[in-house]
Amino acid sequence: MKQNFYQRIGELVHQETLPNGLEIRVVPKPGYAKKYAFFATRYGGMDTRFQHDGQWLDTPAGIAHYLEHKMFDTEEGNALQELAKNGAEPNAFTSNAITAYYFDSTSKFEENLEILLKFVSIPYFTDESVAKEQGIIGQEIRMIEDNPDWQIYHQMLKALYQQNPAKTSIAGTIESISHITAGTLYDCHKAFYTPSNMILTVVGDVEPAAVSELAQRVLPRSGGPVIARDYGQEPEAVAERENQIAMEVSSPQFLSAFKCRPPERGEDTLRTMILGDIACDLLLGESSPLYQRLYSQGLINGTFGGAFELLPGAAYLYAGGDSKETRTVAEEILKEAGRLVREGADESFYQRVRRASYGFNIRALNSFENIAASMTDGHFNGYDPFRFPEVFDSINLDDVLDFLRKNITEDRSVFCEIVPKEET
Amino acid sequence: MEGIRTRLAEEVYLTYLPARKFKTSVLSAQFLVPLREETASGFALLPPVLRRGTVTCPNMGLLSAKLDRLYGARIESVVRKIGETHCLGFVASMIDDSFTPGGERLLEDVAGLLGELVCDPATERGRFVTNYFESERTNLTDAIRSLINDKRAYADRRLLQEMCAGEPYGVSRLGEQAGVEKLQAGKLYTAYQKLLSTARLELFYSGSASQGRVEQAMRAAFSSLPREKVEPLLPVTRHAAPDAPRTITESLDVTQGKLGMGFTCKSRDWPALLLGNTLFGGSSNSKLFLNVREKLSLCYYASSTFHRSKGLITVSSGIEFENYQKAYDEIMAQLQAVQNGNLEDWELEAARSTLLNAYASMQDSQGRMENFCIGSIATGQNDSLEDLAQQVRETPLERIQEAMGSVALDTVYFLRGKEDAE
Repeated sequence: MKQNFYQRIGELVHQETLPNGLEIRVVPKPGYAKKYAFFATRYGGMDTRFQHDGQWLDTPAGIAHYLEHKMFDTEEGNALQELAKNGAEPNAFTSNAITAYYFDSTSKFEENLEILLKFVSIPYFTDESVAKEQGIIGQEIRMIEDNPDWQIYHQMLKALYQQNPAKTSIAGTIESISHITAGTLYDCHKAFYTPSNMILTVVGDVEPAAVSELAQRVLPRSGGPVIARDYGQEPEAVAERENQIAMEVSSPQFLSAFKCRPPERGEDTLRTMILGDIACDLLLGESSPLYQRLYSQGLINGTFGGAFELLPGAAYLYAGGDSKETRTVAEEILKEAGRLVREGADESFYQRVRRASYGFNIRALNSFENIAASMTDGHFNGYDPFRFPEVFDSINLDDVLDFLRKNITEDRSVFCEIVPKEET
Repeated sequence: MEGIRTRLAEEVYLTYLPARKFKTSVLSAQFLVPLREETASGFALLPPVLRRGTVTCPNMGLLSAKLDRLYGARIESVVRKIGETHCLGFVASMIDDSFTPGGERLLEDVAGLLGELVCDPATERGRFVTNYFESERTNLTDAIRSLINDKRAYADRRLLQEMCAGEPYGVSRLGEQAGVEKLQAGKLYTAYQKLLSTARLELFYSGSASQGRVEQAMRAAFSSLPREKVEPLLPVTRHAAPDAPRTITESLDVTQGKLGMGFTCKSRDWPALLLGNTLFGGSSNSKLFLNVREKLSLCYYASSTFHRSKGLITVSSGIEFENYQKAYDEIMAQLQAVQNGNLEDWELEAARSTLLNAYASMQDSQGRMENFCIGSIATGQNDSLEDLAQQVRETPLERIQEAMGSVALDTVYFLRGKEDAE
């Protein structure tokens, strides 16, 4: 395996691309008891329309997530139990862009890794077992529907995007998942769970060569074709300027979001992520003048926060929380962006925000989960996440102001709100 | 106990946990006081009010700027309920000195700021700044009211409130809205001064600095702490079980019902109860997960928690309203199965492995170690992680069955939808 040492952050990475196209990364963490494996496919909630055997297929919303649930079934029983017997803590998630299966364990790591690689690469389900999952996922959907944080985030994506499938719920609806059969699940597995569409990341005190050997022994010899996906042609304009729903909550909450220009594949993606984070901190982070002012006026509280996120073909900066005057806060954010663009920011303010942001990235290296997720995202989007110190060096205040000028504007903004349901 | 615990002053202790593998260091300062209904809201309000400003950084803007310059060091106000102890203070973290681009040393500055937040808050006319007091009181009220937004946590909390009504364990860590409304700035400042001089203070450090350096930094940071006779912590009260289980039903406008069940454990065999709970509903391989979820497809989540300090087990699940009885019956049947020792061979092995893995990996997280150390101290639990692991390895099935045999249903809490919404 190839080795790359990153002096500035004190991390070593072993990298290899197997003949079947599987990407492997091993990040050693001496001194840790825990060993962590993260096996991900570039297939998520967004990938409902794709080309398979020369045909465009439309699959039901929620199918990638449904497949994730069913992958744990094996011919012998259930992989969750197999892993638990060895004390491993397995789990999985489906995001818009990927599906990932992972575990951590402090003993029998290789045995556990073999179980993971097997159950993810060998589908086993029947019409009966697929039908049974409707009840469980149905309850998961009900649970998130009652969750205001999930609801408002979902409302935001719906307001931002006209075509991009990120606007559709990853879990689908009780109606959409009722169309899922064992047949469609097998088709999706065949299309997307090929080694060339996947990456395995291991973090912890392990022998890198053993990981590679195991993957070569267990996984299929050949990769698979590149799957064309259709995310639609997303126009610059937002889908709707605002939306509002009523729920059983204690006070109004809101998200104010801005549809940003998505980056190019490659290091531009990493640079845009860091730029977006710094811009967000400068505009409305805890030490920004805006945050200080709104907090001391009682317009926001500790629930207020913002972030910049990227999805395939999509980028957005958003902020929100609980507030008695949701609309005022949203207007203030826009005004502050305008002011920063007009008047610029103090260089010393910028330098300390940048310093804090750098510290945040160093801190994130404590988290095995975070390392694996960033390796995965980096691989699928063509950048090296551990090059963040160099990328930080390349960014200056003018870049950040330019980002704000181009992206944080009224015509790119949406406003979403949840109001308390009136007592009847 | 984990780490090295030394006494720095009258009832002020430092737990030192050396660790070189992390990118960060963690510092924590926690006051431990008995959890009581009448003091809960006031104590819960103290850390956020103190976090607004100190004598040298009198507002949040200056505090944030200082933390930014320390490479995004963080100091969070934290209010916890550990058993029947109220634990309040700050947890700080910063990147380790070896990763600061200019080789800057951060420990002394962060410890200094931590000490200031505790000992030297910004004041006006000999009390907390009125604006800080008022706005944090509003925030605390909002935080208590917003507990209803997360229906799962809300239902879990309501179950404990009902089950332990009248006992400290039923008191919420943030207190109640009515209690917050009664608070006054002057009285809170008096309570704060009393806390400084009479409450146990536990300090914690995890990171690469030497013990001597940490001790010196902490002594300097807390040198102005006034100390008088320290009030002892109270032992946890035994829960008085009702003659027959009680059922409480409430309605909210929700699409999913929440079924919570609280059980009392007469047995005091902790390792056996811990293992029993893991078998029952404490992991994704437990009886509740495999039967209520996987076999009957009644829910997405159904799990149980063992409240060691109080000797309780609670079950939490989200179900369709009409499946109440089915879920109730199945949960009781699975408890019975554990009590009867109705297990496949792998189940006990899996429960042991799950707990051993959790203990072994705890040392990989500074946050979890801080919580474990403060928790052990607050509840007077002196076992190290290795001691606990050894107990888990050695407890035979007969002891688990015997301990779980003492587990009896106490209170049922059911959150359902509004009639008109069905």
